[in-house]
Amino acid sequence: MQDTLAQLERGESAIITDVSSIHIPLKLLEMGCLPGNSVKLVQLAPFHDPMYLNINGSHLAIRKETAAHILIEKVTHE
Amino acid sequence: MSKQINVALIGNPNTGKTSVFNALTGLNQKVGNYPGITVEKKEGVCKLPRGVKAHIIDLPGTYSLNASSLDESVVIELLLNQNDKDFPDIAVVVTDVENLKRNLLIFTQIKDLKIPTLLVINMADRMTYKGISLDIEYLEEQLQTKIALTSTRKKIGIDKLKELIANYKDVSSQPCIDISKIDDAYFGNLRKAFPNQLLYKLWLVITQDVNFGKTDRKDFDAVEDFKTKSEADLKRLQQKETIKRYQFINNVLKKGQTIDATQAKDLRSKLDRVLTHKVWGYVIFFFILIALFQAIYDWATVPMDMIDSAFAFLSEWTKDNLPSGAFTDLLSEGIIPGLGGIVIFIPQIAFLFLFIAILEESGYMSRVVFLMDRVMRRFGLSGKSVVPLISGTACAIPAIMATRNIESWKERLITILVTPFTTCSARLPVYLIIIALVIPEGRFLGLSYQALTLMLLYLLGFGTAVLSAYILNRILKIRSKSFFVVEMPNYKLPLFKNVFYTVVEKTKAFIFGAGKIILAISIVLWFLASYGPGENFNSAEEIITKEYASENLEVDDLDQKIAQYKLEHSYIGIAGRAIEPAIRPLGYDWKIGIAILSSFAAREVFVGTLATIYSVGNDDEETIKNRMAGEVNPILGGPLFTFASGISLLLFYAFAMQCMSTLAIVKRETNSWKWPLLQLVIMSVFAYIVALLAFQFLK
Repeated sequence: MQDTLAQLERGESAIITDVSSIHIPLKLLEMGCLPGNSVKLVQLAPFHDPMYLNINGSHLAIRKETAAHILIEKVTHE
Repeated sequence: MSKQINVALIGNPNTGKTSVFNALTGLNQKVGNYPGITVEKKEGVCKLPRGVKAHIIDLPGTYSLNASSLDESVVIELLLNQNDKDFPDIAVVVTDVENLKRNLLIFTQIKDLKIPTLLVINMADRMTYKGISLDIEYLEEQLQTKIALTSTRKKIGIDKLKELIANYKDVSSQPCIDISKIDDAYFGNLRKAFPNQLLYKLWLVITQDVNFGKTDRKDFDAVEDFKTKSEADLKRLQQKETIKRYQFINNVLKKGQTIDATQAKDLRSKLDRVLTHKVWGYVIFFFILIALFQAIYDWATVPMDMIDSAFAFLSEWTKDNLPSGAFTDLLSEGIIPGLGGIVIFIPQIAFLFLFIAILEESGYMSRVVFLMDRVMRRFGLSGKSVVPLISGTACAIPAIMATRNIESWKERLITILVTPFTTCSARLPVYLIIIALVIPEGRFLGLSYQALTLMLLYLLGFGTAVLSAYILNRILKIRSKSFFVVEMPNYKLPLFKNVFYTVVEKTKAFIFGAGKIILAISIVLWFLASYGPGENFNSAEEIITKEYASENLEVDDLDQKIAQYKLEHSYIGIAGRAIEPAIRPLGYDWKIGIAILSSFAAREVFVGTLATIYSVGNDDEETIKNRMAGEVNPILGGPLFTFASGISLLLFYAFAMQCMSTLAIVKRETNSWKWPLLQLVIMSVFAYIVALLAFQFLK
């Protein structure tokens, strides 16, 4: 099973692999949440929700339930 | 004759678009509304080189031409309607150098409408700080535009921008992207059906649900091809379009922009680590709120006392120096005290707007939205409801308009319904004067009791708002998707100029808006209090003189008694005593009753009304507060404003829905009379019950 953005932990980075466009508002796509773009988790509010992200250079916050519709591949740093 | 051209400023929120607007127009600007809707319209005039004059419109901030709110619809409606008198001769897209990639999305869309477009890359002072360098020549060539690199903070590049706008005829209107590449078959058909129209324009008309005036939607429905696409298909195409645009932008920026990350200093993440921290974030937010209330209460009292005595003096002076008669009385007893009742609150309202402007300008407000979302969602609200709830402390009207960016309709509706519970600035006058009368002086942990009471009232407002949201969330059966996207802008030191303009504009709007109502009401009240029907009023002097003939009163005391008797038998006295039975259980007399009735037009009228009623027939130079302190309870004896009746009044004003403008705006934003009427009835009944209980327990 593939990871979703909701599973990202603080400080981790990933590449977006797919977004389920029915569940994601167009506005989020326009802010750079598109397949191929990088994403980094900047900060988490209590209960892991909402999530403060850096997507493709844009800083924005979304709810965990929305993040669960975005598939990612984690990037591991050594 | 000089020529005037139309310039439209367009851009994402948080790009400093308004700073550019302020830099271009200075004080030559006016804020109004788009006809029929409550979206703020900012326009101004700017003189350009070679005698060209520009009419500049600052359009609402938007991320793209795909509108998701009323504010954003305004932008496309203007850009698609060539017959609009404001249709731009040239569009100026403002971008932030740190978010160039995302900010360029809307630039490509506007280019595709074949409107001549300039690009402003703002906040250029941050470039070295962030290790960014740009190849402007390359970018101009690839994007087919002219670029002005500006910094409104350092006042760089504005002259260059003016020069570029003046040469608007040289700006290219070539599109960036060939929209038909997204789906050859679909767009091919479209071109065949409408050979004379711009493809991208057609595409926008099909996908956007906005009012296009004369661009006929009916024509589209007549053509079969456009019904073949389902909504999901259209959305998939929009996604493809967005990807396509980003590909174009990425390609351009790959060569045109270099970012040396090792050069970048990262203040943002350091601040975010503290300000959005799981514990410290909330602690800091709490302290900011405390500071806000301390400022409103403590710092503003000095200028307020000065204004209060100045108006009392002015009133007295008018009486002494103008020939006596009805007009002088109207002036000194009606208009001046009535106006004083509103002018006195300028310091506080200005402080409030100042704080809110700083919180918004600095980028801190978005952090609060982030911190509060999870908590607010428990109560059926959104993190974004925090902004309306906080700016509701200034005025519920802009606060309710600020709910437009809440994506979920249910969360938005609940926010609209509960926002009037927050303590708006119109309640402040009432609170302050009553607190000053009934709450003792003294300090607790360095904070004065009076400031603490005020803070409690604010907390009560928020508390009631949140609690009723919780109940509404349970009751309302509305299904709506809950989306939540909020941009976390960079931290910025607020620009003095921007904050200053905001404070001046908002305070002015408040004073003149409320001032008109108060002036009108105080004139009407003065007439009603100065004249009365029948024998009792007209021969008051004889009746009283006869009644007290045996008591040998001083002339002053006798005059006082006569004035009192006259007031009781004036038109307003008769009306007031008619409603007295309903409000006596709350601890009020008929004068307060009149003040409450008149404050259903607007709450702040309360103080002005009492000021007018108490001034009529009273010759002493007295401040409003002293007059109120001197009032005697007609039934129980002793001062009218006791702890019990004071608290009861405070609670009544905390809960009652006494603002016609708010009701009007709720009607407009919810598009139904149902919600404002519910608000009016439920809030007012609740207020009456709570005030009744409070007085009966404390008495």
